[in-house]
Amino acid sequence: MNQANKIDVPVDQIANKPSRRNWLFIAGVAVNAVAGVLLAVPLVGFVFSSFAEKKDRRSWISLGSIDGFPEQTTRLATYRNPFTRPWDGDTADIPCWVRRMKGSQFQIFAINCTHLGCPVRWFSESGLFLCPCHGGAYYEDGTRAAGPPPRGLFQYDYKVEKGELWVKGGEMPTLSNPV
Amino acid sequence: MNTLRNAALWLDDRLHITALFASTAGHKVPASAGSWFYVFGSATLLCFIIQVITGACLAFVYIPSTNEAFTSLQYLNHQQFWGWYLRAVHNWGSNFMVAIMTLHMIQVFLFGAYKYPRELTWLSGVFLLLITLAMAFTGQVMRFDQDAYWGLTIGASITGRVPLIGKQLVHLLLAGPIIAGETLSRFFTLHVFIVPGLIIAVISMHLRLVLTKGINEFPRVGHPVRRATYDAEYEEILEKDGVPFVPEAIGKDLIFAALVIVGILACAFIFGPEGPNGIPNPTLVNTNPRPDFYFLSIFAALALLPDWMEVLVLYAAPVGMVIFLLLLPFISNTGEKSARKRPVAVLTVVFIMLVLGVLTYMGSTSPWSPHMSAWSGNPVPVKFVKGRTPLQLRGAAVLQNKQCRNCHSLGGEGGQRGPALDAVATRMTRDEMVRQVIQGSGNMPAYGKKLSPAEVDALVDFMQTLTPRGVPPAKNLEQPVKPLPRNVA
Repeated sequence: MNQANKIDVPVDQIANKPSRRNWLFIAGVAVNAVAGVLLAVPLVGFVFSSFAEKKDRRSWISLGSIDGFPEQTTRLATYRNPFTRPWDGDTADIPCWVRRMKGSQFQIFAINCTHLGCPVRWFSESGLFLCPCHGGAYYEDGTRAAGPPPRGLFQYDYKVEKGELWVKGGEMPTLSNPV
Repeated sequence: MNTLRNAALWLDDRLHITALFASTAGHKVPASAGSWFYVFGSATLLCFIIQVITGACLAFVYIPSTNEAFTSLQYLNHQQFWGWYLRAVHNWGSNFMVAIMTLHMIQVFLFGAYKYPRELTWLSGVFLLLITLAMAFTGQVMRFDQDAYWGLTIGASITGRVPLIGKQLVHLLLAGPIIAGETLSRFFTLHVFIVPGLIIAVISMHLRLVLTKGINEFPRVGHPVRRATYDAEYEEILEKDGVPFVPEAIGKDLIFAALVIVGILACAFIFGPEGPNGIPNPTLVNTNPRPDFYFLSIFAALALLPDWMEVLVLYAAPVGMVIFLLLLPFISNTGEKSARKRPVAVLTVVFIMLVLGVLTYMGSTSPWSPHMSAWSGNPVPVKFVKGRTPLQLRGAAVLQNKQCRNCHSLGGEGGQRGPALDAVATRMTRDEMVRQVIQGSGNMPAYGKKLSPAEVDALVDFMQTLTPRGVPPAKNLEQPVKPLPRNVA
């Protein structure tokens, strides 16, 4: 009887069963592809947000009274980076070299050597910025003097308002983004 | 006894341990593979396991926040019971891992193990090399000190040279426009989750391939690989000469493994942990950033290359090297395996090791870096001032005050960025010196704006006395040679 039953199953039903499974498989893959995209979009957006962001991270920060920078001198100034988090500690204090030429004529150089970003040091006697990493050297006006740097020091925008010097900081300068 | 035996049999029946063993640890390998040359792969894996264990322990205490990381490292060094030792083991474990991995790679290359049919084993190994180096770099950032901060800056500056999307890539790397906030969390995640996860995945593939395609037999001269016959030949070797890896071929691996563990522990005990050196405060600009030794060769290359080659070496060379490594098993797919018949392969290894060795040595001594305190710290040797005229002495003072010695040494002390000045007068005439000082050239800045004519005069007068005893200073050809002043000769 059993055997007869098996044989009696209509042909189209036998063919139907696998195709139903097939359909479920294909549908399953399809809905998971959709679900996967739904999951991936926020993940990729989260991790690669830097590619979507257009906001300018820079803002004006005061470096204090211009009286702190005598004429014809170059001094190290530091400011609290505007892009900061409560857990940053000292790391958010960013140094820069401030050169006051005359009156409200300034040059504010990023600390980073244009070669690979190491901190350049000012030597007033020889009027040079020297880099400890690969020996890059710059003149006091920031132009390249010697060594591997491909260009002069990066310069921040600045303004003098009511006797106060302001610097437009917030980003680490690099060759493709020289602030 | 019977109960135990029954329990074991029951477990085996449920877990299929015997079958698993036969197909993995007990798989047959050529007896010739039980060689001292074949111990480096397992030792690299061992190092990785040590890194995972010690790293997990360190993560119990370490705080991946820019404000706290340095303090938590100090806490590990000085307060946490055995903290300093685990940090040292983790550091030395990474050194051993990179070193043994390199030996493993050299051995595999020289023994022709990358040839047919083990191309993918080699490829997965190349990926393991790259992600292990990624571990080394991210690990250096975990030691969040001055070197880590400026190392990150160097990494960001290199990334920032990428055209078009450089800025976005820097933001991606640093998790923001500058090192702050989430930068350290990002590197922590890479170092403890993502890259180790990748390593585990690729190691699984690497080991799986060792099982499916077999371990390379010890190469013999006159037995070149031929695609048509190799599989059958390998099968025959296993038939005739095969032994189960455990226990018959693993002995030397075990002994080497113990040596490696003891070596790591001993180095950790004797040399202690690395750093942290200097608080990661970017306003402390009197710092001398150096990468860990794995990257000193690149650091040196970037100092020594001419400008126009830098972009090539930064991007094209690594990409080219990786492409070459990936293509290697397909370029040289068959033929002799034995290093005795592959002189080019041997020379390649010797050449690369020499280049890396010399560059690493140069990176550690960095003769191109100015000695920042030479001008104020190094005395002028007496022999260079004895018996000089007042003008010449004034010149010696100018040389010192204008920081010339940060780049030029006198009596072996001072920077090596420029040539030593001990015998400069034999190389340059007075006029050439004046021109060089005022206008600069090559790697020397121009000092015309920073020196008064009187200072230049004094400086050059002093430098004209810098000759070895009895050797006259260089003269212009058109000028008659005058006898030496008495004080010099």
